[in-house]
Amino acid sequence: MTTTPASVVSARDLGLTFETSDGPVNALTGVNLDVDKGDFVSFIGPSGCGKTTFLRVIADLEKPTSGSITVNGTTPEDARQNRSYGYVFQAAALYPWRTIEKNIALPLEIMGYSAADQKARIERTLDLVNLTGFGKKFPWQLSGGMQQRASIARALAFDADLLLMDEPFGALDEIVRDHLNEQLLKLWDRTNKTICFVTHSIPEAVYLSTKIVVMSPRPGRVTDIIESTLPRERPLDIRESPEFLEIASRVREGLRAGHSYDE
Amino acid sequence: MEKPNIFKDRIMPVGVILLAVLVIWYVAVVFLNAPYERDTAARAGTEITFSEILPKTMFQQRPVLPAPHQVIAEIWDTTFNKPITSKRSLVYHAWITLSATLLGFGIGTVLGILLAVGIVHNRAMDRSLMPWVIASQTIPILAIAPMIIVVLNAIGISGLLPKALISTYLSFFPIVVGMVKGLRSPEQIQLDLMHTYYASPAQTFWKLRWPSSMPYLFASLKVAIAISLVGAIVGELPTGAVSGLGARLLAGSYYGQTVQIWSALFMAAALAATLVIIVGFAHTAVLKRMGMKP
Repeated sequence: MTTTPASVVSARDLGLTFETSDGPVNALTGVNLDVDKGDFVSFIGPSGCGKTTFLRVIADLEKPTSGSITVNGTTPEDARQNRSYGYVFQAAALYPWRTIEKNIALPLEIMGYSAADQKARIERTLDLVNLTGFGKKFPWQLSGGMQQRASIARALAFDADLLLMDEPFGALDEIVRDHLNEQLLKLWDRTNKTICFVTHSIPEAVYLSTKIVVMSPRPGRVTDIIESTLPRERPLDIRESPEFLEIASRVREGLRAGHSYDE
Repeated sequence: MEKPNIFKDRIMPVGVILLAVLVIWYVAVVFLNAPYERDTAARAGTEITFSEILPKTMFQQRPVLPAPHQVIAEIWDTTFNKPITSKRSLVYHAWITLSATLLGFGIGTVLGILLAVGIVHNRAMDRSLMPWVIASQTIPILAIAPMIIVVLNAIGISGLLPKALISTYLSFFPIVVGMVKGLRSPEQIQLDLMHTYYASPAQTFWKLRWPSSMPYLFASLKVAIAISLVGAIVGELPTGAVSGLGARLLAGSYYGQTVQIWSALFMAAALAATLVIIVGFAHTAVLKRMGMKP
């Protein structure tokens, strides 16, 4: 199998085993996956299925122990060195001593953008996540949802075409989450980025994705890859359409098949 | 919510304790100084009643325990009624001790931070240095202070620096311990973020570890400045008692000048309190600039 040039992430027989005091843990085994440019890929599965680990492998935060993976056609380490992805963590991870705009400036400072360029990018990304006017606030003055939006702005501020998101809305309530999902889709449409999104919510995965990767634990592996047939334009009430429910039920079946309940 | 009331919340509790201390002190003055008056009367072959003893215990030349008003009078006299260049001026002696304290504190802070940076960034330094840092504080400072003075004197260094180095010896320790903890305080997620940006170790240090460590640094500085003063005073004891609060204490004990000892003690305490308060203000100012939640 050859890697197509449009493939942003390409994993071949990827495996990762953690050596723990209780013996080896197979976090990932035999993962084969291609993420194409412009895709919105969701990784869904119960805890321990390796979805976050896979995202961390892409980000070069973990090293695979077998198989191969390329990011933008290079190794994850080179991709990281080229600053080719932005990472959004489960928590906003804003630095509390920096204002929102200074937090967004953090990667720009590190990557050596000029002061004028930094200012323009801060303004643009604040607008993208609807936080214009909040730049001078400190993180603790913002709600959880706003903090997470600021952390997305921070990941969008520099020129990375790939956005890696690890359960970014997991800690937020349903209403805020719906709102942010809608905004995220618009943002994806406007910026034409490739997004890898980890979640454990079926509706969220189906609503957002062009491709859904269903995973299961012990050992962590991919059990199903579902190409979404939903249109790119998705109002929130698309979640009541038969098409949506059909994909959701396939995801649910995939999860059930991979998950043993006898534990 | 109740309105904050400076008198009820701050002045009254402190005032009550102060009053209690003064009462206990005056009672102790009477009991500790009375035997001397009885002896004097017995030697003169006269009878003395308690009501006669009581006022006398308050104004002895060399009391076992001087009364608070004697100490206050002595501090007032040696602070305001003597030119500050005079060897009888408490301000002069306080300044001598303060200069050694500040120099020692400065060196100790820089040394402590450098050691902490090394320990945090280098496994070998972590393993090899930390036990020695801790062991250094198990040696009694009173034993090592004269050695430092003597050794440095032998190689031609005398005056301010040897005393300051004893302050350094005490003050670098809380800085190292606090800063090692502070520089390691960033959460994994904050470090991962730096990793995803391919940030250099220097960038991670200045943009993450250093700002994270500020609350720890200031907590350490408060301890360090107070023990720097102790170090400087201890350092003055073996210098032959020329000048400084330590010298004042030593001279006072040689000549039985208890009033002088107590006034030097109070000056040292006031100095320590002032220094800690100044560090406290700096702490508040820095945290405010860092946008910490009030």
